[in-house]
Amino acid sequence: MAYKIIEKRQLVPDVHLMNIEAPDVAAAAKPGQFIILRIDEEGERIPLTIADYDVDKGFVTIIFQEMGKTTKQLAKMASGDELQDFVGPLGKASEIEKIGTVVLVGGGVGIAPIYPQAKAYREIGNKVISIIGARSENLLILEDEMKAASDEVLVATDDGSKGHHGFVTDLVKELLDGDEKIDRVVAIGPPIMMRAVAGVTDPYDVETIVSLNPIMVDGTGMCGGCRVNIGGETKFACVDGPEFNAKDVDFNLLMSRLSLYRKEEMDALEGSKKGCGDECKCQ
Amino acid sequence: MSITQEMPEQPAEVRIHNFEEVALGYTEEQAILEAERCLECKKPKCVEGCPVNIDIPGFISSMKEGNFGEAIDVIKRTNTLPAVCGRVCPQEEQCEQLCILGKKSEPISIGRLERFCADREREAGVKDPVVAEPTGKKVAIVGTGPAGLTAASDLAKAGHSVTMFEALHEAGGVLIYGIPEFRLPKAIVKEEVEYIMKLGAELKVGYVIGRIKTLDQLEKEFDAVFLGTGAGLPKFMGIEGENLNGVYSANEFLTRVNLMKAYRFPEYDTPIKRGSNVIVVGGGNVAMDAARSALRLGADEVSIVYRRSDEELPARREEIEHAKEEGIVFRLLTNPVRILEGENMAVNGVECIKMELGEPDDSGRRRPVAVEGSEHVIDADIVIMAIGTSPNPIIFDGSKGLEVTPWGTIVVNEAGMTSLEGVCAGGDAVTGAATVISAMGAGKQAAETINDYLSK
Repeated sequence: MAYKIIEKRQLVPDVHLMNIEAPDVAAAAKPGQFIILRIDEEGERIPLTIADYDVDKGFVTIIFQEMGKTTKQLAKMASGDELQDFVGPLGKASEIEKIGTVVLVGGGVGIAPIYPQAKAYREIGNKVISIIGARSENLLILEDEMKAASDEVLVATDDGSKGHHGFVTDLVKELLDGDEKIDRVVAIGPPIMMRAVAGVTDPYDVETIVSLNPIMVDGTGMCGGCRVNIGGETKFACVDGPEFNAKDVDFNLLMSRLSLYRKEEMDALEGSKKGCGDECKCQ
Repeated sequence: MSITQEMPEQPAEVRIHNFEEVALGYTEEQAILEAERCLECKKPKCVEGCPVNIDIPGFISSMKEGNFGEAIDVIKRTNTLPAVCGRVCPQEEQCEQLCILGKKSEPISIGRLERFCADREREAGVKDPVVAEPTGKKVAIVGTGPAGLTAASDLAKAGHSVTMFEALHEAGGVLIYGIPEFRLPKAIVKEEVEYIMKLGAELKVGYVIGRIKTLDQLEKEFDAVFLGTGAGLPKFMGIEGENLNGVYSANEFLTRVNLMKAYRFPEYDTPIKRGSNVIVVGGGNVAMDAARSALRLGADEVSIVYRRSDEELPARREEIEHAKEEGIVFRLLTNPVRILEGENMAVNGVECIKMELGEPDDSGRRRPVAVEGSEHVIDADIVIMAIGTSPNPIIFDGSKGLEVTPWGTIVVNEAGMTSLEGVCAGGDAVTGAATVISAMGAGKQAAETINDYLSK
């Protein structure tokens, strides 16, 4: 089977959006779920969160950052090209319910998976306050989309080039200290950011949900590679998650397991830089 | 009485450096000599021992005359995966165990003969199969392991429109992700799957039932459904250190190696840790496969850690012998109690305890009891847990009324029908982890049941 890339565009340096033709996946997709793709026969299976989907047009949107060999190879692909595999939707859908005021926190490419949640939370009558952050203004994605999907959007940049000068956690704390009652916080981004948000919300007794992205192979509970420690219990992020209560997550374990293949990833990247010319799509 | 023909093999010192098949198969001359040993019993016991009831004396009789084409036709009447079965069936506990020759000398090598016929046909080009007139009925097969493939082929032969759904990107289930290339070349599995496609079956890969479509939806779209989803959820021991870097489930380790071809990294993009000291916990075929794969990836020492004695090892004797020849260390009557942590949350050894065997337990095997004070540490940088699997509950998401046991296995009647009308199940999803051939037997039974159901 092949899955056609029907649109591709760069959002900011190193971050790309792709719409992939996959009508069955689009029809079943819900916020919070992910897909696993494989570019070609030699490719690895990589999980990516679903950023959006269009049931009528039959496509699923993914947003990814160039990191390792596979995402760099993916970035070289163009509309009309095809992916060998595009499996999904995987994982449990987010529990989107009417609870009042929800704060959605997205960091870097983590803004992509909170976008469909913002839409879904607002659609059923919640007040949605979104906090989006990036290292710098020119790396901030989906600002307009988030504005359209939220009641209020706050921006934080590490270098102060836009919005609050500092981390998204500062804005989370400000909101929690404010007059408005916050009923839930959902934070998606790098593990270090999610851990920081969990640390900020902990004393406030506000339900805080994070989405975990451990290394996985099959995404259906078969390999057990995505083991995470949740409240002292081992869970498989692919079938038990990917979303969990932040206060129960062992982030140190998550980060350590994410670094498992760092050496191999570097070798693969180095290897792929050798021997190929500029026209080659593998880099 | 003549003696059984030995199977030529790659020498141990050579094969530990490659992933090519260990057993090389009979020559034509050997195949005929072995076939000639068959007494063609009037009441053949061997057939009773075969879960799919292959006409064993029938195909061996054709082989004696060198008529291998006829022999494979006889086999294929009941078994669509002969090249697979000839390699991985536990023949010594099934057909061959009941062979009358075994009483005085050695039983006839039925598995090796089956393999020869299948390989011979594949080399010569497989004949197009005969399929019944289309019935206009649609059947969904969920899972394409041995149970699903068998059910699919029997139902396609009967003229039904069959669609197979596979969660991974290749059909074959455990035959593809679990059993290593050196025991079952993937090209062979692919060809057997292609044969089923020639019967008219359609295949959708990367299609996770329970997520992309619920079982309820399938029931509406199809006239009947077969669930052959296997037992894919890996078990862990629940000991300290099990989530450290370097601890794999056998499923993950073998999937990376077999399905994703990690042994060819970086040509293939999927990485795997190649340890120096590898410990595999468990004593079944999966443990042997994981240990022998780790050795081929370049480990200095690979140990099997098993809590019972050699006698109770559940793996096939042939595979245990192969593993021993290759230098796998067997640490028997030994059980891990915790995994030790080194730098960067990586494995740095396994603390084990010696065991002794007490009275038999529910399984009939003598119960292992820990010997107090016998704790000791074994060096390790990779630990592979091969202690079994249980059915994956993902299929049940969004399905109403499917009866399952507290262990997560699907409840079926003797005909293989579940609590839902028109939905059959079989294989590991029903029995818990078992053998390829028993799953095939269940697939066959379910196909019969579905046939009856659809002709009502």
